[in-house]
Amino acid sequence: MIQEFKKVWKQYTIGMLWLLGLLWPMLGIHADGTLTFQKTVTVWSYLLAGTFVCLLIYVLNTSGYLKFVVDPISRTTGKIKSATSALPNWMWFTLVLVLALIYPQLAGRYGTDVAINVLLYICLGLGLNVVVGLAGMLDLGYIAFYGVGAYTYAILNVTYGLAFWVCLPISALTACIAGCIVGYPTLRMRGDYLAIVTLGFGEIIRIILNNWMTLTNGPNGILGVKPIGIYWPIFENGFTFEHLWVKKLQLFYYFALGLAIVVAIGVKHLNFSRVGRAWESIREDETAAELMGVNTFIYKLLAYAMGAVFAGMAGAFFAARMKFVSPESFTFLESAMVLCMVVLGGMGSIPGIILGVLALIALPEVFRQFDSYRMLIFGATMIIMMLFRPSGLIPAKRVGTRSEEKEG
Amino acid sequence: MSDQPILELKNVHSGYGSIKALKGISLKVMPGEIVAIIGANGAGKSTTLMTICGIVQAEKGEVLYDGKLINKVSPEKLPTMGLCQVPEGRRIFPRLTVMENLRLGAFYRNDTDQIMKDIQHSYELFPILGDRHKQQGGTLSGGEQQMLAIARALMTKPKVLLLDEPSLGLAPIIIQQIFDIIATINKEEGTTILLVEQNANLALQAASRGYVVETGEITLEDKASALLENPKIREAYLGE
Repeated sequence: MIQEFKKVWKQYTIGMLWLLGLLWPMLGIHADGTLTFQKTVTVWSYLLAGTFVCLLIYVLNTSGYLKFVVDPISRTTGKIKSATSALPNWMWFTLVLVLALIYPQLAGRYGTDVAINVLLYICLGLGLNVVVGLAGMLDLGYIAFYGVGAYTYAILNVTYGLAFWVCLPISALTACIAGCIVGYPTLRMRGDYLAIVTLGFGEIIRIILNNWMTLTNGPNGILGVKPIGIYWPIFENGFTFEHLWVKKLQLFYYFALGLAIVVAIGVKHLNFSRVGRAWESIREDETAAELMGVNTFIYKLLAYAMGAVFAGMAGAFFAARMKFVSPESFTFLESAMVLCMVVLGGMGSIPGIILGVLALIALPEVFRQFDSYRMLIFGATMIIMMLFRPSGLIPAKRVGTRSEEKEG
Repeated sequence: MSDQPILELKNVHSGYGSIKALKGISLKVMPGEIVAIIGANGAGKSTTLMTICGIVQAEKGEVLYDGKLINKVSPEKLPTMGLCQVPEGRRIFPRLTVMENLRLGAFYRNDTDQIMKDIQHSYELFPILGDRHKQQGGTLSGGEQQMLAIARALMTKPKVLLLDEPSLGLAPIIIQQIFDIIATINKEEGTTILLVEQNANLALQAASRGYVVETGEITLEDKASALLENPKIREAYLGE
């Protein structure tokens, strides 16, 4: 047994020493210029102990010493799996929906706040999924359209006093127009070049927001954006409507949930339509798609514009919630985060992306008390995920999903 | 057979940047016939087909389809006009199912009922595809992928089918099957076929006429049977 796993232990030792070397500059060098070693060793020894136990279990398991524990566990999980797969899909949907509906009653103010964040990122993730997952174009400047949507609502609301529901379609439209303007020259490129150019355009939009003082108030941002207004029917003294501002987070949560559901349904329909088929063919092989009569340029532009529309709508909600917009919210890091969510969850898979968003928004919040290690854990999680589930948490199902296949 | 060629190239020049791949190709394809273009690696066979489809732009010369100039027609319009290519190396959509691949062949068409019938018809033509209709294209074997590529192109209801190296990387028995099917398509559906092949022997046996391309120019044009007898061709392309 020792001989067999010699290689594993050797690699483990090298890896841990490498980690020590990596940790020291992060933890040992302080802002005032002093160097310490104590903290690094403490953290490292915790990690060492943890990973040692994991590896020991792995080694014992593969060499068959843990059969008496593993066998019953795998049997019960197998049973659970077969029981859950027997449940039809709509049961899952209702379960998730009911949980989502009662969530704000159970969670506090902080929990609701995080949940709203999750919902807005779900919209962004699903929108980016159209561009990256379906049409296969790597877009690194996606967050710019979120910014365009947010600023559209903020400016129209603060300067002209337009209501949220009027601005929502306008936000979507301006984001769409911005998408077309950016997309028209860039979509002639493929692969890596496209990624670089979208990155550049994303930054251009952010820098415009930062510098166009007269319109966007520059880095100071725009203050005093009004929240969503609704008309609530009142039945006292006959039938009248009362105007309400959605200021309570719990109430806003339901609007964000509504948006996320609308976006999810929209993306699902796009995915299974003729347009979705064209996008997927472009992702698979652009030349072949062209030979089959798919107008690749138009469909790529459409994917880009549709992604921008979803981001624009999410942006308007973002502005309405924060009551404040500034260019800092729309940096490249945000684009990268949304892309991580899509890739982590599983490109092209709607439940996967929802799970990916939950993981990437909720996890850092859960680990907030470990403040300085948050990003470390985040990075480690990403690496482990990519090693063990390279196609995402819930990979997109490709076989037997389309309606015509059930008939055929 | 009418006198007007369905596809005609007149002195076509094209290339990739400064590299000139075609230096004045002229050929004619009559309705209902099988024409083979044979030649060595890099002679310009595939570029000829790519130029017809407009993926590579013709710099000079005319490409006429059904008497109309199609030099400037964008590639995605051609399937609607009845001109479709099975590209070199098959280029099926690997992560889409066989069914979805076929549906994409019928992308420009709106007649859902007829499309479903045509899909059933392709399963009759290629029974193996019917067995695997839910499988991802990329998991098929080379021969099955070639069949899928041909079936996908047939879904566009082409009048002229351009085939680029259908025998590429396939076992001899599969190649024979593919060529049998090509002959069937030509006979039963009356589809005109322009075939590009390195396997000169098979191509000329299947075709009625043949062109020989060398370094971007047509060097010989004759009946397929005559080309097969030609001692020069036998030496250069048939390995005798």
